[in-house]
Amino acid sequence: MTTSTTSAMRNVESDFSTTVVKAAKPIADPRQSPVVIRALTVAYHRKPVLWDVNYQAPSDALIAIVGPNGAGKSTLIKSCLGLVPTASGQVTFWGKSYAQARSRIGYVPQRESVDWDFPVSALDVVCMGRYRKIGWCRPVTKVHRDAALACLERVGMRDLAKRQIGQLSGGQQQRVFLARTLAQEADLYFMDEPFAGVDAATERAIIEVLRELKSQGKTVICVHHDLPTVPEYFDHAVLLNMRVVTAGPVNEVFTPENLRKTYGGRLTLLSEAVDAVTRASIVR
Amino acid sequence: MYAGHILATNLPSHDHTKSITTVADQWPTWQEIGTTLTLQAGFNTTVVIAGTTWLGVAAGVIGVFALLRKRALTSDAISHATLPGIGLAFIVANSLGMDGKSLPVLLLGAAISSVIGVAAIHWLIKNSRLHEDASIGIVLSVFFGAGVVLLSVIQSMRTGNAAGLNKFIYGQTAAMSVTDATLMCGIALFATICTVLLFKEFTLVCYNEAFAQVDGWPVTRVDLLMMALVVLVTVAGLQAVGLILVVAMLIIPPVSARFWTERLWLLVVLSGFIGGLSGYLGSAVSALLPRKPAGSVIVLTSGAIFGISMLIAPARGVIASLMRRMRLRLRIAAEHILEAAVENQQEHNNRDLVFPKSKLDELALIRAWPWWFRKFVLWRLRARGETIKGSHGGLILTPIGHGNGKRVSRNHKLWEQYLISYADVAPSHVDWSVDQVEHVLPEELVKELERAIEEDNTPLMAGKLS
Repeated sequence: MTTSTTSAMRNVESDFSTTVVKAAKPIADPRQSPVVIRALTVAYHRKPVLWDVNYQAPSDALIAIVGPNGAGKSTLIKSCLGLVPTASGQVTFWGKSYAQARSRIGYVPQRESVDWDFPVSALDVVCMGRYRKIGWCRPVTKVHRDAALACLERVGMRDLAKRQIGQLSGGQQQRVFLARTLAQEADLYFMDEPFAGVDAATERAIIEVLRELKSQGKTVICVHHDLPTVPEYFDHAVLLNMRVVTAGPVNEVFTPENLRKTYGGRLTLLSEAVDAVTRASIVR
Repeated sequence: MYAGHILATNLPSHDHTKSITTVADQWPTWQEIGTTLTLQAGFNTTVVIAGTTWLGVAAGVIGVFALLRKRALTSDAISHATLPGIGLAFIVANSLGMDGKSLPVLLLGAAISSVIGVAAIHWLIKNSRLHEDASIGIVLSVFFGAGVVLLSVIQSMRTGNAAGLNKFIYGQTAAMSVTDATLMCGIALFATICTVLLFKEFTLVCYNEAFAQVDGWPVTRVDLLMMALVVLVTVAGLQAVGLILVVAMLIIPPVSARFWTERLWLLVVLSGFIGGLSGYLGSAVSALLPRKPAGSVIVLTSGAIFGISMLIAPARGVIASLMRRMRLRLRIAAEHILEAAVENQQEHNNRDLVFPKSKLDELALIRAWPWWFRKFVLWRLRARGETIKGSHGGLILTPIGHGNGKRVSRNHKLWEQYLISYADVAPSHVDWSVDQVEHVLPEELVKELERAIEEDNTPLMAGKLS
């Protein structure tokens, strides 16, 4: 995906981007960074959802995108992946456009976005992660089916490979999605709420896979809704509420003050957030 | 059905003198039926039947994906949008001095106007606030209306001998020539091969569009290909089935097949088979009874297959799911009785496992069991050897019943414990009612719960659990 700009937007944007590029702490050369987001603005029906987002992701890190409901967390990763039209801005992957870097990017969509009554088995779904490698008009061969089975094994789902996806529990479905993304063999993974509504066993399985990916030098960017687990599961965080409030290593950015800025006047969430931080600091 | 109809009316048809004047169609003899069905009724008929059969296969195969992509209604709009194209193609060809009734010309016109129809639907969805269903409804009716007007205009033109064009509305296999049928068969074969080749791509786009797009597949182009194949099959089927009913060939076979399988490739095979079978029977009947349009017979055949599938299919059928629900209700009710009996015994420290009638009445009242259901439950308990009849309408638990009751009661408590200590980890499970869950708790989960509770050392209820 490249820039798609409306001229009116651009005039406003150009003032911003100069200040923001300075503000975003360059971690490394942008060409080394798996994702660099510059001045990204997204609007639905003229109402801005993301406004002038700037972010540079470090490599081999587990990154959480946190923020209140409607902060544009899902929209951020969808616009990075070209699933949502952007009003302005630019996203590059290792210094290249999305189209050029596509083969190195994996994606776990939100569980709700899929028809679970679809007549495919868990194995069929994971095989879909191999389709790009198989290519047009060619059948799924045993080699690819074995690779898909290995991915199911990694998320502890090999025994249920033949099960129709609708007959799996929510957590198992999520693990199948994760396995499909593993089958893509990417270097950068985008995951939309992988922990939403899953059971404890799935949560453990997912976090194990995430750490494994990190140890292989891969980068994972997750939309995450559960504040208390952020310090435990992730090493970087992006605090988002339409714009990036702050971003960086969790122990630096995950402060009560930053969370208050992100969650604004939502008191219940705020207290939850402060709680989480206190608990996290005790653990450390 | 019609087969029975043929059978019933076949006998008096030996009396040839009356039947021609009183009955619209002359009913075929058994021999005629036999030769038609076994494809020995002359070259022309055979080619037409074979062509329609393949058309059914093609429609069934591509129909699976149209259905999974939730495009069933769009294909209805496609077929209706062919009519103005047919009319215009006739007028244009005639004014250019060509044969206005040449089938390829008419079908080309039909394809072009149905593509315009699909484009119009998409344009409406994108550029107005209309939703898909309304857009489809508008395009379908406006295009069809335009087609009807065009046909009547042609009728009033001096050059136009449009008598044959009406057959595209209802379809008429009997009037098809060998060339027509070969063309239809060729298109159907082509569409089937394309669908099989693009099986993987279609599956991906139908299942998870966003993932397909991120994975680098040109979703729009794959979609267009799919719709193009639907248009091809629709257009090919116009002459045989007619534009009103051709959509049924795309929809009914896949939904019927869906009742029987959870595997996509099998769904495609079954759907193709059902489509082929209805195409074959429809055209054969149409060949036997020249005035019966094949389209309606095809639709009735596949409709009958659909009805049967819906009723008797083992996993997804109506009867099966009713029985499953009833069995579950019975089991849950029986387990309630066993649980209550066990708890009753523990409470009163009884030695004997008697569950008196008064308690049973109480339970039936709380659970709002109708009398017949209660009778059924009690019968089930006895039949499975879990209880025997006690005195004064009460029950006595057998060792089997006692064991099962203890298990249910224990699961119940485990689940309560689980909710108390782990509800924050499993927010998606909290809304499950304890009553329901205790009956479906899998063995592994029970073990995990026991472990979790032991590790936690929660004194609460720990004593009761053992």
